[in-house]
Amino acid sequence: MSQGVVGIYSYQDSVLSAVEKLKEAGYGDMRVFSPFPDHEIEHAVDAPESPVRFFTLFGGLLGATCGIGFTVLTSSAWPIAVSAKPIVSIIPYMVIVFELTVLFGALSTFLGLIINSLIRERTPVRLYDERFSDDKFGVAVVCEKEKIGAVEAILNSTGAEEIKFDEA
Amino acid sequence: MSQTQQTPLTYARITEDVVRMVDKPSKKWWALFLPTVALVGLGVMCFFYQVAEGLGVAGYRHPVFWGVYITDFVFWVGIAHSGTLISAILYLFRARFRMSIYRIAEAMTVFAVLTAGLFPIIHLGRPWNFLWLIPYPNSRELWINFKSPLVWDVFAVSTYLTVSSLFFVIGMIPDIAAIRDKVKEAPRKIIYSILSFGWKGSNREWLHYTRAYLYFAALATPLVLSVHSVVSWDFAMGNVPGWHTTIFPPYFVAGAIFSGLAMVITLTIPIRKIFHLEDYITLDNYDGMAKLIILTSCIVGYAYAAEFFMAWYSGSPYEWGQFVYRATGEYALFYWTMVICNCVVPISLWWEKVRKNIKALFVISILINIGMWFERFNIIVISLSRDFEPGAWGIYKISFVEAGITIGSFAWFFMFFLLFVKTLPAVSIAEMKEILPVPKKGG
Repeated sequence: MSQGVVGIYSYQDSVLSAVEKLKEAGYGDMRVFSPFPDHEIEHAVDAPESPVRFFTLFGGLLGATCGIGFTVLTSSAWPIAVSAKPIVSIIPYMVIVFELTVLFGALSTFLGLIINSLIRERTPVRLYDERFSDDKFGVAVVCEKEKIGAVEAILNSTGAEEIKFDEA
Repeated sequence: MSQTQQTPLTYARITEDVVRMVDKPSKKWWALFLPTVALVGLGVMCFFYQVAEGLGVAGYRHPVFWGVYITDFVFWVGIAHSGTLISAILYLFRARFRMSIYRIAEAMTVFAVLTAGLFPIIHLGRPWNFLWLIPYPNSRELWINFKSPLVWDVFAVSTYLTVSSLFFVIGMIPDIAAIRDKVKEAPRKIIYSILSFGWKGSNREWLHYTRAYLYFAALATPLVLSVHSVVSWDFAMGNVPGWHTTIFPPYFVAGAIFSGLAMVITLTIPIRKIFHLEDYITLDNYDGMAKLIILTSCIVGYAYAAEFFMAWYSGSPYEWGQFVYRATGEYALFYWTMVICNCVVPISLWWEKVRKNIKALFVISILINIGMWFERFNIIVISLSRDFEPGAWGIYKISFVEAGITIGSFAWFFMFFLLFVKTLPAVSIAEMKEILPVPKKGG
């Protein structure tokens, strides 16, 4: 049986020391809540690199492929010579290819954000406190019930102003 | 509000101030909003009158068949540009002065593209046939002509609308979550909960968010440059004196950023006053924008001079005749209004005192917007009214229907903008917090 615990902090340096101590004690899988993106917290937590970049790359490549395929295949399907230009005119088609690259790239980046950030990231939902979007930081750990005391002690020793528990 | 204004900015105060902005609308807000709705109604009536009577009521006469509607289209696409400049390009350059104004600029982008997108449809004699511009499988197995700049326009503008809307939505997610956590009443709480996509602000979420934002900025930057380049090709690809020139893409992009920045200033000054945002949108923000206006004004001024030089140097009597006509013909007043508003008036911004004087900036920004509208009018209408064949020359006059629809388009834009400032976070809560010193126990 596992349980969640979250410490609420006002100061960023207290959060950083809590993160360090939790990592040392072997509780690396934690979540840190903050009202804004903080690079120091990001570095301290050692989170794996975001996979959103692959979504962007894949979307961009797909868009470029669709752009080339769409323009070339449709103009070849019913060849009508306009203004004595070649049926397949690569240079003007590049405008369409470029726009579709950006369009698909952007759509898949959005999808990547939604999937990774808002669908897959469900762990901390129950441990969330509404003050985290205002002016407080939070350090949350989900661990086995018997280890919760040790985590609580770390949070207390690093200056957590309040500690909340939740059944996981 | 006046009490909180005395206190320095803190995380809690930023959230509180932005939440207060989306509170119940004041009388001042209604006094601004209702006239815009009425003017949108005027525009809609003019449009239906034109649909019923035909494009003749739009003042189109041989040889000018692109008039105010296309001018409005180019004008509004141009206005849309500074939003992405401020939110994407200045983000990549890490320009901190963008942080308090970028949300307003982004909203402006989305609403300006929405407005611009109406004009090619209004300009059609049979507006319901606009679908023919979109490639879709049909029984005749015919596809659109991908070599046409008008089709590039459809792709560029619709991509721009989609990408800028997504960029706008992504940027707001954490801020809407902050509002969600503050409001108490059930309907608003539910709406903001849905719009915040369940955002919690954990380190993983921020990691994905900041990366996605970076890639969006990297995609939006070349996009914004491409969109106005494509719009300029609507003209530059045509063999018309005054249009057929290679400087059009950079000239249009610089002009778009120039007019867009002016519109950001025009919009933020009253918003800043009404919502008491003096601590957020500071004089330094305006100083930064004014400096960018100086830069783009110089580029635009250079382009005006280069056009004349190239017309003379080309040895083409048609080109040279066109430019002499612009400055001395029937439309000379419009031409010189453009030169004075876009090249002479911005010279005053070289003085810091003017850059930091809100009233002066407001007047200058409106003059620039007027000047940039006339720039588009001059390029489109004057070029068409005098092309190669003197027997085909003619004069175009703006009709009341065109004036009504143009006024309606401004009202349409402001209506969306007013709805935005009252319902969504007009100042980025997260980014404003990011620029404050981080609270440390150790000092």
